[in-house]
Amino acid sequence: MATSLNLTLFPSQGVLVNPGLPGPARTLPRTKPQRRFLRKGASNLITAKFELKPPPYPLNALEPHMSQATLEFHWGKHHKTYVENLNKQIVGTELEGLSLEDIVVVSYNKGDLLPYFNNAAQAWNHDFFWESMKPGGGGKPSGELLDLIEKDFGSFDQFVEEFKSAAATQFGSGWAWLAYRASEKDKKLEVVKSLNAVNPLVSDYFPLLTIDVWEHAYYLDFQNRRPDYISTFMEKLVSWEAVSARLEKAKVQAAK
Amino acid sequence: MAFRSLALATRKTLTLGLNSTRLTQSRALQTFSLPDLPYDYGALEPAISGEIMQLHHQKHHQTYITNYNKALEQLHEAIQKGDSSTVAKLQSAIKFNGGGHINHSIFWQNLAPIREGGGEPPKGSLGWVIDTNFGSLESLIQKINAEGAALQGSGWVWLGLDKELKKLVIETTANQDPLVTKGPHLVPLLGIDVWEHAYYLQYKNVRPDYLKNIWKVINWKYASGVYEKESA
Repeated sequence: MATSLNLTLFPSQGVLVNPGLPGPARTLPRTKPQRRFLRKGASNLITAKFELKPPPYPLNALEPHMSQATLEFHWGKHHKTYVENLNKQIVGTELEGLSLEDIVVVSYNKGDLLPYFNNAAQAWNHDFFWESMKPGGGGKPSGELLDLIEKDFGSFDQFVEEFKSAAATQFGSGWAWLAYRASEKDKKLEVVKSLNAVNPLVSDYFPLLTIDVWEHAYYLDFQNRRPDYISTFMEKLVSWEAVSARLEKAKVQAAK
Repeated sequence: MAFRSLALATRKTLTLGLNSTRLTQSRALQTFSLPDLPYDYGALEPAISGEIMQLHHQKHHQTYITNYNKALEQLHEAIQKGDSSTVAKLQSAIKFNGGGHINHSIFWQNLAPIREGGGEPPKGSLGWVIDTNFGSLESLIQKINAEGAALQGSGWVWLGLDKELKKLVIETTANQDPLVTKGPHLVPLLGIDVWEHAYYLQYKNVRPDYLKNIWKVINWKYASGVYEKESA
């Protein structure tokens, strides 16, 4: 029976990890990354800018569980603004050319957030969020993912309870996550919640699933009823295929 | 427009063991209830929609009060049992929900329909002190709006009085932290809720538009009253 660890990530407290575990497994690139897309003097000057990726389904595809209007504002305005503002912030800096994930980790700066953290992390979080859902989603995972959930939470239902509780009790704005943690001692799944833009990348977890609990994510459809939104997300929207695929990648990464 | 009192006390019997060496007392546990708005839900339109006002008051504020009462009751039990671990664990729920109750109670009084003085600039000593400290009311509003727009996530932007330094301050607090968490001598004169629930149905992601429009229904009479009382 796993410890039902419900960690909260706060920027000012720095990285919240189990004490005693070894440090981050993944190190940041030390050499200056190549500016692959910058061609000086060309008439089409292409800079390494992040683009607003559309969700992997049409904006009305999650109806009636998540309305088209929500997608139009949430993706079309909020997410778009994070990406645009990030691009403005990093243009001409040495961050240009870094992957989004690397910018997130660098700008987290052990909890002493750098100015572009918010936009970078929110850009990353929202990509991850859209891909965590699918039309006709919900149900239960299967295979290895289900085995791991049962091992680390006792049962799928207990995982759902813990995930829903984390999402419901993240005060204010934030996210709830299912994440994979690989250390020398142990490889396990955990439920984590985070404030504002913080995500488990900064604590060296592999995120597998997320739900956005900023009010803008659910207010048009559910108003104050966050628990109803969370239940709908679990029952009708979660893409367990995406979660399984991420687990596979995480295990490969962790083995390195 | 009478307020229902903010504190509706339910008194449990207070018993003192007069002749025993061990003092047993069941302390009175006060429960809180939702104050009435001093105006109709639709009275602040078009600055703030009636739909938002109703949800904000009847759902959000009520939920803070319900959860605040629940946390206080649990705290009461934990104190009686000497269960320090639970006492410590409850602090965040108390700060969050109690803060939510405090902040929203002030907020409803910070707003007034236009026909009842909403939007009218402050007169008297507060008006004078604003001009002295900030140059003009417009300048103050600009600064407050800039702070409010820049706040990441959920929180409040405040115009406060620092009683010790005897000056006006603009501050922000995260989530439902009351202004006093930024300084024990700070008294809130005016708070603007910048949680998304305060504006989303009407203004969507455009928080700056909400901040621009709310000044049309800001009740400076309340802020002036608090200022005069606290700076006496």
